[in-house]
Amino acid sequence: MSTKTPDAPPPAMSDDELTAIAPEVLANSVGDYFKAWGQRIKNGESGAVPVLVGLIAIVIFFQIERSQFLTAQNLVNLMVQASLFIMFGAAEIFVLLLSEIDLSIGFGAGVGAFVIAELIAPPVSLPWWLGILGGLAAMGFLGFVQGSLIARLGLPSFIVTLGGYLGFTGLMLELANVDKTAVGGVMEIDQGSPVYKLVTSHMSPTLGWVVMVVSVAAFAAVSLLRSRSRRAQGLTTPPLGVTVLTIVVAAIGGIVVVLIGNSNQGLALATIRGLPWVIPFVLIVLLFYSWLLNRTRTGRYIYAIGANPEAARRAGIHVPRIVIFGFVMSSVTACLAGLIYESNQGSIATDIPGGQYVLFAVAAAVIGGTSLFGGRGKMLNALLGGIVIATVFDGLGLMSVGAAVQDIVTAIVLILAVTLDALVRRRATR
Amino acid sequence: MTDDKPLLALRGVRKRFGPVQALDEISFEVPAGKVTALIGDNGAGKSVTIKTISGLWQPDEGELEWDGSAVHLHGPRDSEALGIRTIYQDLALCDNLDIVQNMFLGHEPLRHRQLDEAQMELDASKTLKDLSVTTVRSIRQPVASLSGGQRQSVAVAKAVLFDAKLVIMDEPTAALGVAQTRMVLDLIKTLASRGVAVMVVSHNLNDVFEIADRITVLYLGRSVASGPATDFDRQSAVEYMTTGSATRAA
Repeated sequence: MSTKTPDAPPPAMSDDELTAIAPEVLANSVGDYFKAWGQRIKNGESGAVPVLVGLIAIVIFFQIERSQFLTAQNLVNLMVQASLFIMFGAAEIFVLLLSEIDLSIGFGAGVGAFVIAELIAPPVSLPWWLGILGGLAAMGFLGFVQGSLIARLGLPSFIVTLGGYLGFTGLMLELANVDKTAVGGVMEIDQGSPVYKLVTSHMSPTLGWVVMVVSVAAFAAVSLLRSRSRRAQGLTTPPLGVTVLTIVVAAIGGIVVVLIGNSNQGLALATIRGLPWVIPFVLIVLLFYSWLLNRTRTGRYIYAIGANPEAARRAGIHVPRIVIFGFVMSSVTACLAGLIYESNQGSIATDIPGGQYVLFAVAAAVIGGTSLFGGRGKMLNALLGGIVIATVFDGLGLMSVGAAVQDIVTAIVLILAVTLDALVRRRATR
Repeated sequence: MTDDKPLLALRGVRKRFGPVQALDEISFEVPAGKVTALIGDNGAGKSVTIKTISGLWQPDEGELEWDGSAVHLHGPRDSEALGIRTIYQDLALCDNLDIVQNMFLGHEPLRHRQLDEAQMELDASKTLKDLSVTTVRSIRQPVASLSGGQRQSVAVAKAVLFDAKLVIMDEPTAALGVAQTRMVLDLIKTLASRGVAVMVVSHNLNDVFEIADRITVLYLGRSVASGPATDFDRQSAVEYMTTGSATRAA
């Protein structure tokens, strides 16, 4: 960019600038906005767009191969599967943003799930919410220990959490061993418990509509009011058209999800209607995490440390504290993933594939667009990446291919996503 | 010196690291509203001097005077509290954050327990305008998209955002092209004209003679010459830097 006298109008934007800058910052109209987006996609900086395009391609492929793919029954099943991957992805994003990694969350989910299951079952028989709080507290503590080793002693997170991977596996086995009710390493979840009902119980169709309409209306009101207030103060504001477009997209998404959920998903004899509770549950957690990352100091510092820890330190930020917080959040979120897992299974067993799940956690985050190199990513990435992984699994399952092919295809998708991330980064630092 | 009372004065500062006498008698003054250039060859003690002023090192002997009274800086926080801001060559910016976020990093105002983005954006925009930094397209663009000169400008704006009295810049133009250098030099002059004391460490004598009101030359840990820039010319400055004395009296 050239320098110039203060009064001259700004020069035309170079391609590099268009690539680096979020379109809503610069665009004066909706047309400009799409032009900026186009440039970003061309330079591989587009965030969500290639993921969405890829997802649509995968969906079309599976629908051609298996006509039952786009049925309400399958899609609701897919959303439930996705909710687990999304939660794991969200856990990993907290540490990936810090330019760290957490390999322990797969079996961390197992530990959390066992703690919850044992607290709510006899002989302890705590109320369900205390059981969940107990699981979160236990995992929060384990995350604190791992984070402290990494942040205070400067140990590499790769090794510390690899230790966590092994240690949590053992801890989980021990939790199953000491509990006499865990026969053969399996803890059943009581079918009357909300922990069980999270996945198996459905919102009534009416409630689904009410919740969706209220959420979209609240989102629209907040966006439009914020946009108006910023414009009034003379602050940088995305064009109104873009704000409206975002609201329309959110509304369409909400309507589609509720329509699918409210269709009959039962098999031949039974009729089941309504969204499983786990779906709003995951969305609320993601919304809260997004708020944390975007609107609080802690969230801002996570991004700063991921990009330039030295700059953060010189700005007076207590870097170790924030890093520890990131690891606490990844472990706590892993516990929530464990909750979804045991609810879906109706039980928790020591054979939880924690090793696979940690890879899917990284895969969901990276496929969705979070960088492995720190400082770039958001919770929306977990949503997109989790849906992609669930779609691949679900579709391949319908095609009755073996576990071997499923794993290989997922691996290829992950490697592609990481390659894309590395290429974007190379382009950016060229 | 006959100008106003100096904002900062170093009096006989000495600093030893093991067997190495890094600073051996450093004395000079930094007045407010003026640009003071600190020049010297590699190893002359420029870095140790600015780190001493920023509170990273404590002098073994001699003292720092701030506004006429002796001060003891025990860490960067102490110097920050006085209004001393140091901009190192790496600028300490986060590429993924935008200009506003970088300027307020570590000092974000809160409103209803959330980041007060509106307040930050207004304050940042005002500070940039005060410094006549007008080349950035949007203060919401990430720092990664800025040119070297613009990044330097953001670092300066970040430094002066919270009432800086003395801004120390380490080689501000070292990595910049001609046009970018022009922009940063103008910014330094603007900063001084706002009443801020500016101390610039530089190798580039062209830049030094263009912007400096005062020059201090360091040679092997000693301040060998210090005075108004008009007392120096290129030849005498180079002689001081390379031999510690000048054939022609300054």
